[in-house]
Amino acid sequence: MLMWFSAFFVLIGSIITFIAGLGVLRLPDFFMRMHAATKAGVVGPSLLLVGAGFHEPSLATWIKIALAVLFLFMTTPIAAHVLGKAGFLGGVHLWQGTSRNDLKKVLSPSAFLETESARPDEKRKADMMPGSPATRQDH
Amino acid sequence: MIDPVFSAILEISKFLLFLAMILVCIRIVRGPHAADRVVALDMLCMLGVSIAALAAITSGSMAFIDVVLGIALIGFLATVAFAAFIERGSSQSGEN
Repeated sequence: MLMWFSAFFVLIGSIITFIAGLGVLRLPDFFMRMHAATKAGVVGPSLLLVGAGFHEPSLATWIKIALAVLFLFMTTPIAAHVLGKAGFLGGVHLWQGTSRNDLKKVLSPSAFLETESARPDEKRKADMMPGSPATRQDH
Repeated sequence: MIDPVFSAILEISKFLLFLAMILVCIRIVRGPHAADRVVALDMLCMLGVSIAALAAITSGSMAFIDVVLGIALIGFLATVAFAAFIERGSSQSGEN
């Protein structure tokens, strides 16, 4: 009976992992590819690990599998967030069918470069606000 | 002990993971931007996790679950390090 649980989870997990690989190859955009690799790429290995746990069930195995699944579910969103920000700042081209890009108002590659070069000016302006130590030293 | 249907399911799973690995490697070769390659590398680490879990079933030794933890940790660290590399390169050289 447990063997069939294992077979079920292994089959579903490998199908989902294959769909993730297909999405990484076929989707038209960097962010869509990251969506495929992040969501389906976590669920597939987790289901395979659960299938491996059903094959030889013991307490030590289940603890290790729970740790591995928890680690995957904790680290993959962080990695995807960091990589998405880096890709956006790195100038990845969006898909032509993209209808709306709200992140561009806040964080575009050109705006990032301007703020990088204009950061000393902003600091000077902030220092010359009334009440700050810089203005008091001037007078 | 080993059911033929169960071993057939394991063979199908191996074949699907093999196909997914080929597709991801094509994306690593073709990827227009470095970030695409890093995403495909992350997916390759996830495929390594899947194959280690499948090896734990086929070989019968649960020591492969420890391999899963190692591969997942290395994949996470590699992705974050490559992301910092891409971001720094873009902020210094302008267009990339």
